[in-house]
Amino acid sequence: MEGKIVTERLNAFFGEVHAVKNINMSIPANAITAIIGPSGCGKSTLIRCLNRMHEVVRGARAAGKVYLDGEDIYDPETDPVEVRRKVGMVFQKPNPFPTMSIYDNVVAGQRLNGEKDWKKLDETVERSLKLAALWDEVKDHLDASGVSISGGQQQRLCIARALAVEPEVLLLDEPCSALDPIATAKIEDLLFDLKDKYTIAIVTHNMQQAARIADFTAFMYMGELIEFGETKKLFENPVEELTEKYITGRFG
Amino acid sequence: MMRPTRKHGSRRSRASLEDKLFKYSVMGIAALVLALLWSLVVKLVFDAQTSIETFGIDFLTSTIWDPNRDLYTALPFIFGTLMTSAVAIVIGVPISIGIAIYLSELAPAWIREPLSFLIELLAAVPSVIYGLWAIYTLRPVLTGSVEPFLMDALGWTPFFEGAAFGIDKLASGIILAVMIIPTVASVSKESMMAVPDSQREAALSLGATKYESTRMAVLSYARSGIFGATILGLGRAVGETMAVTMTIGNANIISWSLLDPGQTMASVIANNWGEADGLMLSSLIEIGVVLFIVALLINVCARLMVGRVMKAVPMTGGGL
Ligand SMILES: Nc1ncnc2c1ncn2[C@@H]1O[C@H](COP(=O)(O)OP(=O)(O)O)[C@@H](O)[C@H]1O
Ligand SMILES: [Mg+2]
Repeated sequence: MEGKIVTERLNAFFGEVHAVKNINMSIPANAITAIIGPSGCGKSTLIRCLNRMHEVVRGARAAGKVYLDGEDIYDPETDPVEVRRKVGMVFQKPNPFPTMSIYDNVVAGQRLNGEKDWKKLDETVERSLKLAALWDEVKDHLDASGVSISGGQQQRLCIARALAVEPEVLLLDEPCSALDPIATAKIEDLLFDLKDKYTIAIVTHNMQQAARIADFTAFMYMGELIEFGETKKLFENPVEELTEKYITGRFG
Repeated sequence: MMRPTRKHGSRRSRASLEDKLFKYSVMGIAALVLALLWSLVVKLVFDAQTSIETFGIDFLTSTIWDPNRDLYTALPFIFGTLMTSAVAIVIGVPISIGIAIYLSELAPAWIREPLSFLIELLAAVPSVIYGLWAIYTLRPVLTGSVEPFLMDALGWTPFFEGAAFGIDKLASGIILAVMIIPTVASVSKESMMAVPDSQREAALSLGATKYESTRMAVLSYARSGIFGATILGLGRAVGETMAVTMTIGNANIISWSLLDPGQTMASVIANNWGEADGLMLSSLIEIGVVLFIVALLINVCARLMVGRVMKAVPMTGGGL
């Protein structure tokens, strides 16, 4: 299958640290792809290469190719700002803007694009918060600060904020690691609903989560992509011994 | 097993006696500071008593300073202080924020560290040196180009009437701006650097440019720290004496024009205490009391604000 995002010999470094090694991978459209692997194996670094967020860390650089709809986002002609508008990201720790209201958080990206029409902004807020399954909980206090709500709500607010700019791809880096099981379940349901319209890649250290929601799963170890395939097959019938060891928990 | 500790009992009680002695003597020294502050206030208010009784509230609202008639009021000097401090803030704060943004957001570490150090060093330059610099370096620039230009461009406003003399409220305001930059820039830089990277990344991941992410994520998050830094700078500008006395022209008048000389609360005291006696001396001391109160309030505000920001940052940053 031709992927929405295809990486070719993708490498990423932090100074001398070689964090992501030679990854060839194809992330299919309208599906959820999970990336699993032990802590420090390079999962975050890998997905941050997919929207050129890796390079914002001081001393970090990437090499290789990442095609989005066939166009190399690392082409010197490509503006990373444009890439990030198409490839949204949700981070491990909810990071709403604390000085902004819930409303302003959602439309922060729209405002960057110069949108000033109140009607359109209102529509965006309602649509995005509904997509993020947060509308009913916050619709009566949209003026409240973005950090006045619970951690789970904050994370859904961040998802709404990312969706508001209508990206084509949504990258999520362990979005549930700071959340309780109920909030986690809400976000999993939501991702499930979103995959019809978006291409989703989610990093998770939780194998059950990957098994529950992902169509495809990638297993990484020490910066390398060990195995990548349909989730069911990877969990039930892994090809690599390392994968098998990891998913059965016989691993350091 | 308890025995061995008992054996050291005498040593321990001597140690605890020593500790007590140490503690109380250090406490005594600390109390001395309180006593000093207290006597300062009492002495000031006591010496200002004659003036307070003679002029009452008129002291703060009327504009006459006339030694011949033995009439003294503070308003011209409150006015001068406000004008010069306002110029200092208007010029100094944007520059400081620019420096802070460069240091915290753009400069590589090998530039940031030494440059930050140099800027903090500027705060240690004695103010008389700034005064000399203003007279011999700044003044020719002011009279030669800056003031004629301002008169041409903005002469229609009340702020830039008069002659390009270079010894005036503008000169004082500029030198004050230079003097507050180290403080305002360093404290602003600290509060910008306390903004978690996750905030910058949030903005960048939405497609913000570096400039947009600085505005959206950094400046808004750090705004109370920057405001506190500004107030801290204001405190310095209000109280500064030497550099202002050397540059302001020392005229006891109220004039809106920055190109006219003036006088601040600090400079009028510095200029006149030597030959003053009687009611005039008491009036100068009352001006001192006013200045003391204003400076104290500003500094307490600033410290409360900056302190709260520094403490509040990790709390809001946690987000949960
Ligand atoms: N900012 C950084 N500076 C230097 N090394 C880093 C940085 N971030 C991550 N690394 C290193 O890169 C490797 C991969 O990290 P990461 O992608 O965060 O792993 P994961 O998300 O799988 O836990 C690790 O060895 C980590 O120590
Ligand atoms: Mg990670």
